[in-house]
Amino acid sequence: MKPPAFEYRVAESVEAGVALLADARGEAKVLAGGQSLVPMLNFRLLRPAILVDINRIPGLAYIKDEGGAIRVGALTRHYQLETSPVIAAHLPVLRAAMTHVAHLAIRNRGTIGGSLTHADPAAELPMMALLLDATIQVASPTGRRTVAARDFFLGALSVALEADELVTEVVFPKLPPGTGWGFEEVSRRHGDFALAAVGTMLTVADGKIAQARIAIAGADEKALRASEAEGLLKGRALEPKLLDAACDAARACVNPNTDLHASSDYRRHLVGVLTGKALTAAWKRA
Amino acid sequence: MTTRMITLTVNGTTYERAVEPRLLLADFLRGTLGLTGTHVGCEHGVCGACTVLVDSDSMRSCLLFAVQLDGAAIETVESLGTLNNLSPLQEAFREHHALQCGFCTPGMLMTATDLLRKYPLATDEQIREGLSGNLCRCTGYEHIVKAIRAVVEDTR
Repeated sequence: MKPPAFEYRVAESVEAGVALLADARGEAKVLAGGQSLVPMLNFRLLRPAILVDINRIPGLAYIKDEGGAIRVGALTRHYQLETSPVIAAHLPVLRAAMTHVAHLAIRNRGTIGGSLTHADPAAELPMMALLLDATIQVASPTGRRTVAARDFFLGALSVALEADELVTEVVFPKLPPGTGWGFEEVSRRHGDFALAAVGTMLTVADGKIAQARIAIAGADEKALRASEAEGLLKGRALEPKLLDAACDAARACVNPNTDLHASSDYRRHLVGVLTGKALTAAWKRA
Repeated sequence: MTTRMITLTVNGTTYERAVEPRLLLADFLRGTLGLTGTHVGCEHGVCGACTVLVDSDSMRSCLLFAVQLDGAAIETVESLGTLNNLSPLQEAFREHHALQCGFCTPGMLMTATDLLRKYPLATDEQIREGLSGNLCRCTGYEHIVKAIRAVVEDTR
């Protein structure tokens, strides 16, 4: 189908972008990569009066290694993340997840800011932001603010962002020393949205888990952290009984949908299996 | 409806046209410029038939608006070869029977062009992963994979 008519505005700077959004009083949508927005327009699920195109804002696509963190500009395309030596060196779990993001033609155009703002519950980037304790930099007409990833995702396709705000940057702290990671996903076809996906990080010192993180996508109304399972692992070595208990806790913390692609029970089962695989991989790498 | 002037190149030729903002690149190529090699299947970024190169990167032309592409360089399937002078990739598709009805072929060719530039495609599994965003309902993909494998081996 064809998209409905809209007015087209080009933002030449972040300040101009938020000013255009503020002027539109909630009637505008931001056009970044458009890989989720344009299908919704073509289906006429959305009828915004105005599209604010941010693709021409200079200096918003970058991956910077700055001390303890990697800073990623909101307009950075998925393909840049997938192939960045900085990401491969410092955030290998993100590198692994990027190979599951859609298809090359989508990765060439889709942006990190767009994926986080769209907040599909089965997408990889929101779960990676949660796993890596990322912070999200937001510009508004009155200034800038910082939101922790765990406060950013509110529900399916819903984030803590006002209609006149724009994501400008995502900051990922580097992995602590002695940290192993795992990423496991099952989808119907390579590049499709996950039926379930699990990312893990285990920081190990003196043979014991000092910090455990488990993020899950595709199994609830939003990506989430398996806090109870993380708590079970802390201070212990990963042995089979503990692994089983952590997988049970991960299964218990999700509430998956049933749809054409998989039943709720099957998705919950996958969460357990993938958590086991991803924790085992993280333990081996730590 | 307000239109905007855009200037862009398609297959090396410069075009200046007034476009409505909601005009998709796929419809601009086919309807405005008459370049009907690019096929339109699903119109929501799933089938891959409309894949073209935008500034050398493969993209879905049903998920881009022409108005966004002022100053861009677009390449479509028409840029690859001609009936009497097929490109090596097109020749491999002919040789290995990589098309039947041909509807998906322009998208397959443009996707493969980008894949061959960006990935080693060392295994058939990698080729299949690369093609996972392009639907073909005739061939079962087997012959498309063979054709791309042949190009990888020829250029090694």
